[in-house]
Amino acid sequence: MPHDDHDHPHALLPPDPALRVKALETILTRKGLIDPAALDEIIDTYQNKIGPQNGACVVAKAWSDPAFKQALLADATQVVADLGFYGRQGEHIVVVENTPDQHNMVVCTLCSCYPWPLLGIPPGWYKSDAYRARAVREPRKVLAEFGVTLPPETAVRVWDSTAEIRYLVLPMRPEGSDGLDEGDQAALVTRDSMIGTGLPMVPS
Amino acid sequence: MNTRVTHSAPEPVFAEPWHAQVFAVTVALNEAGRFEWSDWAERFSQTLKMHGLDRELDGGDDYFHAWLETLEQLLIEQGAAEFDDIQQLRNAWEKAYLTTPHGQPVHLAASE
Repeated sequence: MPHDDHDHPHALLPPDPALRVKALETILTRKGLIDPAALDEIIDTYQNKIGPQNGACVVAKAWSDPAFKQALLADATQVVADLGFYGRQGEHIVVVENTPDQHNMVVCTLCSCYPWPLLGIPPGWYKSDAYRARAVREPRKVLAEFGVTLPPETAVRVWDSTAEIRYLVLPMRPEGSDGLDEGDQAALVTRDSMIGTGLPMVPS
Repeated sequence: MNTRVTHSAPEPVFAEPWHAQVFAVTVALNEAGRFEWSDWAERFSQTLKMHGLDRELDGGDDYFHAWLETLEQLLIEQGAAEFDDIQQLRNAWEKAYLTTPHGQPVHLAASE
C-alpha cells in the first residue's frame, strides 16, 4: 500500500512486537546487561559477513583435497575452526557425505538449530512447521518439491539437529567441474545443497 | 507447505528490523552467560509447539513472535525484567513514535 509522507505527521509506528523488543532493549541496556553497539555488531555479522559462502568454501576444499575431506568427516568442528569458521552455534559440527548410495538431509525438529558459522541464519522454510514435520516423515516428497529427484537406489537419511550437534551436508561434486579451481567450485555450492534440500549447480 | 515457491526466492537474512534486534539481544545475553543455548532451544521449542497447536507456523513473522515471547518469559523468570516495566516502556516507545515528527530520530522522553 503506497503511503504519502503527508499522511504521517509523526514517525511511522513500528508493529507491537517491535515496540516490545525496544522495551526489552531499554531495560537491559539500563541494567548494563547488553550493549547496543554489541547488538549492531551481531546483526552486521549475520547480515553481511557470515553466510553459506563459508560452508561452500569448506565443501570445495573437501572436493579437491582428499586428506582434508577425510579430516573433515572425522572431526569437522576442529577442521572448520582451523579455517576460521567457529563461534556461536558451531560448537559441535558434523559433516555428512552424500554418496551414490546415500543422500543426506538436515532438519531441526526441535526448533531451528543450524550451523551458523558455516551457513549463517537459516532461511524461513527451514524454520517452518511444514518442513520440520515433513522432512522426517516424507523426505523424498519434500525433496521433490525442492526440485530434487534422486535415483531409486539412493537412500535418504535425515539428520535431526540439536542445540549440541549441527550438521552440514557434503554434496557430491557435480559432473563437469573437474577442471575448475577451488573458488569456481565453491561458486557451485548452494546453501540448499549443504542442507541437503538441493544439489550443487552444474557448471555451464 | 509450499517450499516450491519460497525456497528459490532471494530472501533477506532478517525480514523485519525487529527480527534482527530480538535475535541480537538473545545472542548477546547468551554470550554474557545469562543462559545456556541448549536451555534457550528447549524453551523456544516449547513455545513453538504451543503456538503451532492451532495453526501451522510458516517460519517467518510467527517464528519471531514465538522467539520474543520466549525471551520475555525467560527474562521475567530470571528477574532481569519485570512484566510491568516491559509494558510501560513499550507504551512509552509507542508514545515517542506518535509524538516525534516524521523523519526525526525517535527517543524516549527523559522521564520514561
